Amino acid sequence: MPIDKSIIGKTGKPFTMPIEWSKVREFARAIRDLNPVYFDPELAKKECGGIPVPPTFLQVAAFWMGEDSTPTANFDLRRILHGEQDFEFLKPIFVGDVLTGTSRIADVYEKEGGRGGKMTFMVTEIEYKNQKGEVVAYARGTLVETGQAVGG
Amino acid sequence: MAAKIKYDAVKAGDAIPTVTIDHVSRPDFVRYAGASGDFVPLHYDQTFVEAAGIPTVFAQGMWTAGCLSRCLTDYAGAGQVRRFKVRFARQVWPGDTLTCRGKVTGKSEKHGEKLVEGELEVVNQKGETTVKGNFAVAAA
Repeated sequence: MPIDKSIIGKTGKPFTMPIEWSKVREFARAIRDLNPVYFDPELAKKECGGIPVPPTFLQVAAFWMGEDSTPTANFDLRRILHGEQDFEFLKPIFVGDVLTGTSRIADVYEKEGGRGGKMTFMVTEIEYKNQKGEVVAYARGTLVETGQAVGG
Repeated sequence: MAAKIKYDAVKAGDAIPTVTIDHVSRPDFVRYAGASGDFVPLHYDQTFVEAAGIPTVFAQGMWTAGCLSRCLTDYAGAGQVRRFKVRFARQVWPGDTLTCRGKVTGKSEKHGEKLVEGELEVVNQKGETTVKGNFAVAAA
């Protein structure tokens, strides 16, 4: 399928992402991170000013983004690879914050791959603002659709 | 939070603490799917992956990236990470043992904050790189 460059710049409907302690500690455990600041609110307050979030926690946005918040290309699920992920943090994020994320397709391009044949890349950028309207983070993800199944 | 690292004491080439992930297993992927909401079936549905010509389920790249991020929070303190960028080079399979490591490549100041920058990688038990990364963390 030829790539559709017209989707570049397409922006999703803003979505709300409450930063909840239960999800933060579940996430920390899932990445085998038993750092007590994720599990002990008093210690976290003393050491960090609140319960912080692991650097990759914003990936949980997948839970909160409806389809209309997720501008996307029509990729084949069996051939998708997550190529790159880039997080930039401008302000602290704590449990109790309510973030608003807005997703935008930053780029779409094709490259000749090796074993995988022709590959299509889509770069999505999500801007996160906190309840005070401050931009706290950017999450930029690159998805790759390979020419054939990804694990062979 | 007080930054754990002292800007003046850090120099290019310094190693950051290594994190070892022993015996990667399917429950890691399932637990991560639940925690993250990443329900791409490649990571837990054996029937689906076999139909796609892949021998077994494999880790979510972001699970491995999350394990790697522990190097930074152990080194600089939780809440001190300013940039964390990863590139996925190779799948992580059940049974793998991963070594997450990195080193400092430089220092800079941005928005009035002292930053330590560097590179990261995750290697498997065969010495193959599965994830490569770059970071910036705040220092005191």
